[in-house]
Amino acid sequence: MSRHTLSVLVENKPGVLTRVAGLFARRAFNIHSLAVGPTEHDEISRITVVVDVEELPLEQVTKQLNKLINVIKIVELEDAASVQRELLLVKVKADGTQRTSVLEVVQLFRAHVVDVVPDTVVVEATGSPGKLDALLAALEPFGIREIVQSGTVAIGRGSRSITDRALERVSRSA
Amino acid sequence: MVQGPHPAPPRTPVSPAVVGSAARHAPSVPSPSDDVARTVEQVTGAQSIVRSLEEVGAEVVFGIPGGAILPTYDPLMDSTRLRHILVRHEQGGGHAATGYAAATGRVGVCMATSGPGATNLVTPIADANMDSVPLVAITGQVGASLIGTDAFQEADIVGITLPVTKHNYLVTDADDIPRVIAEAFHVAATGRPGPVLVDIAKSAMQAQTTFEWPQDVALPGYHPVTKPHAKQIREAARLLATSRRPVLYVGGGVIRARAAAQLRALTDASGAPVVTTLMARGALPDTHPQHLGMPGMHGTVAAVAALQKADLVVALGARFDDRVTGRLASFAPHATVVHADIDPAEIGKNKAVDVPIVGDLREVLADLLPELEREHAHHGKPDLEAWWRQLDAWRETFPLGYDEPTDGHLAPQHVIQRIGELTGPEATYVAGVGQHQMWAAQFIKYERPNSWLNSGGLGTMGYAVPAAMGAKVGEPDRTVWAIDGDGCFQMTNQELATCAINDIPIKVAVVNNSSLGMVRQWQTLFYESRYSNTDLHTGHGTVHIPDFVKLADAYGCVGLRCETKADVDATIKRALEIDDQPVVVDFTVSRDAMVWPMVAAGVSNDDIQYARGISPAWDRED
Repeated sequence: MSRHTLSVLVENKPGVLTRVAGLFARRAFNIHSLAVGPTEHDEISRITVVVDVEELPLEQVTKQLNKLINVIKIVELEDAASVQRELLLVKVKADGTQRTSVLEVVQLFRAHVVDVVPDTVVVEATGSPGKLDALLAALEPFGIREIVQSGTVAIGRGSRSITDRALERVSRSA
Repeated sequence: MVQGPHPAPPRTPVSPAVVGSAARHAPSVPSPSDDVARTVEQVTGAQSIVRSLEEVGAEVVFGIPGGAILPTYDPLMDSTRLRHILVRHEQGGGHAATGYAAATGRVGVCMATSGPGATNLVTPIADANMDSVPLVAITGQVGASLIGTDAFQEADIVGITLPVTKHNYLVTDADDIPRVIAEAFHVAATGRPGPVLVDIAKSAMQAQTTFEWPQDVALPGYHPVTKPHAKQIREAARLLATSRRPVLYVGGGVIRARAAAQLRALTDASGAPVVTTLMARGALPDTHPQHLGMPGMHGTVAAVAALQKADLVVALGARFDDRVTGRLASFAPHATVVHADIDPAEIGKNKAVDVPIVGDLREVLADLLPELEREHAHHGKPDLEAWWRQLDAWRETFPLGYDEPTDGHLAPQHVIQRIGELTGPEATYVAGVGQHQMWAAQFIKYERPNSWLNSGGLGTMGYAVPAAMGAKVGEPDRTVWAIDGDGCFQMTNQELATCAINDIPIKVAVVNNSSLGMVRQWQTLFYESRYSNTDLHTGHGTVHIPDFVKLADAYGCVGLRCETKADVDATIKRALEIDDQPVVVDFTVSRDAMVWPMVAAGVSNDDIQYARGISPAWDRED
């Protein structure tokens, strides 16, 4: 299996996320992560979906996604040609004796402490999945109380925008 | 890998033409700037539904009222342009709509209330989805304020049908009704046809709104590619002109695309053999000398062997279904594959493809023909003589046939063959699912597209009677036979009442072997003849529960029974003479008859059995 990141531009309508997520389940494709949010255009939402799939089934995934009436455009973002980020919030044990060491790790990873109580801190970090894994590994010895993590969001490097042409189509048919 | 956007066609307002014969092709409907009489009316949401259905060109609605759809049934009563046919079960309404659609090529429409009414439509909707039938299902939903509260007769039918529709809608604002119905018909009829469900809240039906027509269809993510790529067409033509063992593998897409004439022209020009799948029976006349019959699990030896030995397979609107390919890894192992389909997702889904062609089959075939002729002009026609010698040898050695039953009872194949011969190719034949379906596909000779309707992909028992009803409504001048089994018939025969009351004189042949015949055949072959729960007690020497002749009588139909070979022709002729009432004929047949040839599930097509224990010996040099 190899990991692929797809940016899926969809109409901003109720139920569209269900259609996309349901299709993955129905066709027996494994979603690794999924994130959805607005774009610079009100009519378009953007779903970033990371799937573990071989090349041939990936083609089938994108073709099936394209068949969904509300899906406007699908682009695969290659690792090297895109910036991919996740958001991590992690609650770590950090009482008096440990706090300095925890803060050192936080500094090293250019993460932030966003909440402090006498025995724990909450650390916020963004980064590639690899960086966040490394941060978690470094914090692990102090005692991790709770983790919450977002799906990957991704954007292509360079000046081109994948939404430009999609927007043309939306405004043309609106 | 980047999936590029489809080219966007100009936006098109929906007019009645969408459901007419030009529907699937480049719409020639006027643009908004033309002088289109614009209708604007102040109405209720319910009236807006009825007006939208009228304007979109629907003629017939098969349905049953209930609480949540009730407001719509009031203006429906006054409509002079819509014929509503009150069915006895929503499943019957759904299959009637798909039978209507499959026979006529127009969009079928069914209507049901919320909750159980809507869930009863799930089977015909899934059936239409598998067989690419244009269907619009309108369902009532509980009032918008009640959605999500587990209200009486509430079901999330949009969620339930998400995996089995081409698209679906929940409408809670009455102002959206005309646009959504216009879009639903457009989506159902264009590209790869399919079912669209429109779920409308009762509160929206009761609200005041403005009905406006025509509506612009604005679907930024929906642009089916109909025009094939010229380079791919040239490559396909080159292959077809140079291969030595080509086969045209024709699927139901040719029928849905109304491309039978173009297929005929390509067949004649190429000289290649043709196989027509279960969904494509009638796409090329069975009497055409290049027609080898049906491929697949119960196909002819010649059709199956041709694909196995081919050096070129040109798949036209087919989808390499497991019932055709057998074990996929050993399917057509020597063949270069050209695959043309309107649905890009079908290409390469099951079988790797050398020349993919996305497009409407009618355009694909129309473009392919001159390219092929150009190839012939340059290089001459290919020499297919050795190939035809081989194909003809298979045809002669392994023709379709059957043994007379040893128990002295009727051979079901004989009954079905005689129905076809005595009724002729202008009739429409509608099958259920099972042995009788396979025999009807094998032993009736089809000469025209849309003369053979069946549930191919989903395999829905109970399809025949309601679908025959829909086909008869769509084409009242044709004789319509439902070829049904005793198992299938008991699933949906309540629609005989609908037929009798609404003057829809279909003919039903119940090929009654007193059992779930296909399951029984598998039990015979694969479960040591242990007949677990396949005996239905309807045939010879049983309690006859139910008695199909009495049942027909009770439903206001003519009931006939035929038990001997000597009576078969006379009984069929008697049934053909009755045209003012539905007829049900109970043909009590041998239960031991089996469908042959057969490729057992999951084995290679090379291991096809012509009859039990008899396999063709293939030429060793292959």
